[in-house]
Amino acid sequence: MNIHEYQAKAVLKEYGAPVAEGVAIFSADEAEAAAKSLPGPLWVVKSQIHAGGRGKGKFKELPAESKGGVRLAFNLDEVTSHAKEMLGNTLVTAQTGDAGKVVNRLYIEDGADIERELYLSLLVDRTCGQVAFVASTEGGMDIEEVAHNTPEKILTLPIDPMAGVTEEKAAALCDTLELTGAAREDGMKLFPILYKAFVEKDMALLEINPLIVMKDGHLRVLDAKVSFDGNALFRHDDIVALRDKTEEDEKEIEASKYDLAYVALDGNIGCMVNGAGLAMATMDIIKLYGAEPANFLDVGGGATKEKVTAAFKIITSDPNVKGILVNIFGGIMRCDVIAEGVLAAVKEVGLSVPLVVRLEGTNVELGKKIINESGMNVIPADDLDDAAQKIVAAVKEAG
Amino acid sequence: MSILVNKDTKVIVQGLTGKTGTFHTEQALAYYGTQMVAGVHPKKGGTEWTGNVAGEEKSVPIFASVKEAKEATGANASVVYVPPAGAAAAIIEAIDAEIPFIVCITEGIPVQDMVKVKARLDASNSRLLGPNCPGVLTPEECKIGIMPGSIFKKGSVGIVSRSGTLTYEAVFQTTQEGLGQSTAVGIGGDPVKGTEFIDMLDMFLDDPETESIIMIGEIGGSAEEEAAEWIQEQAKKGRRKPMVGFIAGRTAPPGRTMGHAGAVISGGKGGAEDKIAAMEAAGIRVSPSPAKLGKTLVELLETV
Repeated sequence: MNIHEYQAKAVLKEYGAPVAEGVAIFSADEAEAAAKSLPGPLWVVKSQIHAGGRGKGKFKELPAESKGGVRLAFNLDEVTSHAKEMLGNTLVTAQTGDAGKVVNRLYIEDGADIERELYLSLLVDRTCGQVAFVASTEGGMDIEEVAHNTPEKILTLPIDPMAGVTEEKAAALCDTLELTGAAREDGMKLFPILYKAFVEKDMALLEINPLIVMKDGHLRVLDAKVSFDGNALFRHDDIVALRDKTEEDEKEIEASKYDLAYVALDGNIGCMVNGAGLAMATMDIIKLYGAEPANFLDVGGGATKEKVTAAFKIITSDPNVKGILVNIFGGIMRCDVIAEGVLAAVKEVGLSVPLVVRLEGTNVELGKKIINESGMNVIPADDLDDAAQKIVAAVKEAG
Repeated sequence: MSILVNKDTKVIVQGLTGKTGTFHTEQALAYYGTQMVAGVHPKKGGTEWTGNVAGEEKSVPIFASVKEAKEATGANASVVYVPPAGAAAAIIEAIDAEIPFIVCITEGIPVQDMVKVKARLDASNSRLLGPNCPGVLTPEECKIGIMPGSIFKKGSVGIVSRSGTLTYEAVFQTTQEGLGQSTAVGIGGDPVKGTEFIDMLDMFLDDPETESIIMIGEIGGSAEEEAAEWIQEQAKKGRRKPMVGFIAGRTAPPGRTMGHAGAVISGGKGGAEDKIAAMEAAGIRVSPSPAKLGKTLVELLETV
């Protein structure tokens, strides 16, 4: 789960990280009061969307020469005029895709005098199974590019969960980031704080790009991007409360209610599969036969009939879907449960597109019997190859 | 021979009394008499679990802790069906009881919990398979986990996969081709897990019953590349067996998590094409389609 920059900064502030003062606003009327509550004389007006590259992004509705999604303001009038231009308009960045994202929230922040921009992030390093810091002096730019062009400028530092961030590790980060004086003192305090926040809040990614050394020699978290481990949200009601559903796909929200792994895609063949690997492989094989999947959908292991019904309804609610492929290899998932779920969904919402069903594994005979006796217009398939060819052919024929 | 489990493996079930644990313990008991010797429940120690095994009632004693269950039954393996919030604690209990082989089926364990488990595991002699995995099955001997026993056939192919259902595909197809399996192992789709590809490949290369190997990976991380590199090194030492590979997620869009917490391409790393290239460079025949795993292996074996 992702949250906005201002929310991420509030979480980090709780742990004692140095962040600028700021106020989030939802309408331009609030801009002046927000700015007045901050020291000035420099303000930054920042679009709050769940995507990076905001500074270089462009608003669809504004003339091409207009400023981007993060703007400096040198007086109160400028804060307000920026807010008016930005709120309600669509920001297109390198990460949003061409459709862009509507800016519904702004963060008005106290400006900073920047001496140097650094990169710092925390993530779970799967090669060693530990939380790791990633640090570089090359802040403020695309870290993937730095990793590609100058990998020697990046330090990856795993943290032993039994020991935490030791003085030695903190010092190694300070050295990599070339921190001296006050900034070094700040760093020695900041790194353990960030680690603690990451672990306690079950973050999946904490990226500070840039972390800055200010002209006064101190460190400040200038931008913060945080996402959380969805599997751990059950123990963080405070984080769940920060969710902004306007940033998410409606079908994906519906799917998450039923604990279904669903990702909307651009094609026209809806897929319902059990298991993430098989779901991806099903997408791959659809493409192999010259068509495009409309979604990734893993109904998971212990799905109930209700969950399967919900999944089927989500697929059929997508107007792009011209055919559906149900591909189940039951292990923990039982074929009869799948069959009953699909049947219940078809009874409720009808079926206007071709449906290919391939069942195999646990309770397969019972599952096939339920489908066969239902009177549903189903194209049965024997194996994965057969299933993929049949749905691609059926969609081509219908279209 | 086989790897990890055989007819002498004695299994404790953690989370036996739940719905999932009950269903799959019944299935395991029905599968060539897999020795499910004990269940564990902190409050139900001293009672019995009774299940319906192929029409007959069968009982398994319940103990209050893994340690007690191990001492009473001589168990050398454990399977964890405990729900996500308590699963890490259950694995750690099994590590503390010095169970040599622990299989965790549970899906959805917080990553930070697994980071802690991993640290405990590294300091122990236990092996963990999973979490978020289908388990392991040696045909006609032992089934731990949730793989459907009916699709297996005793044979010569060693199968290792990050994805549960794709493991079944590989099993199903090698059965259809008449090759059968020595052992099939699902290592699980989570980013932090107990057993990696290389551990299993090493065992398969050593196992005389395993004559060929199917390895199924997916996008995300670099475990497939590391395994391919390792296979290449082993081949130089003369350790090699015919091998077919497959990578799921060729068509997945970057930056999106595809169900498995581990399956996300980030920063141009962990993409399917890189993994396929690494496999091919190591002499692994990569199947073009998930439906052609068995056929690709048969073709490869004809050329050997």
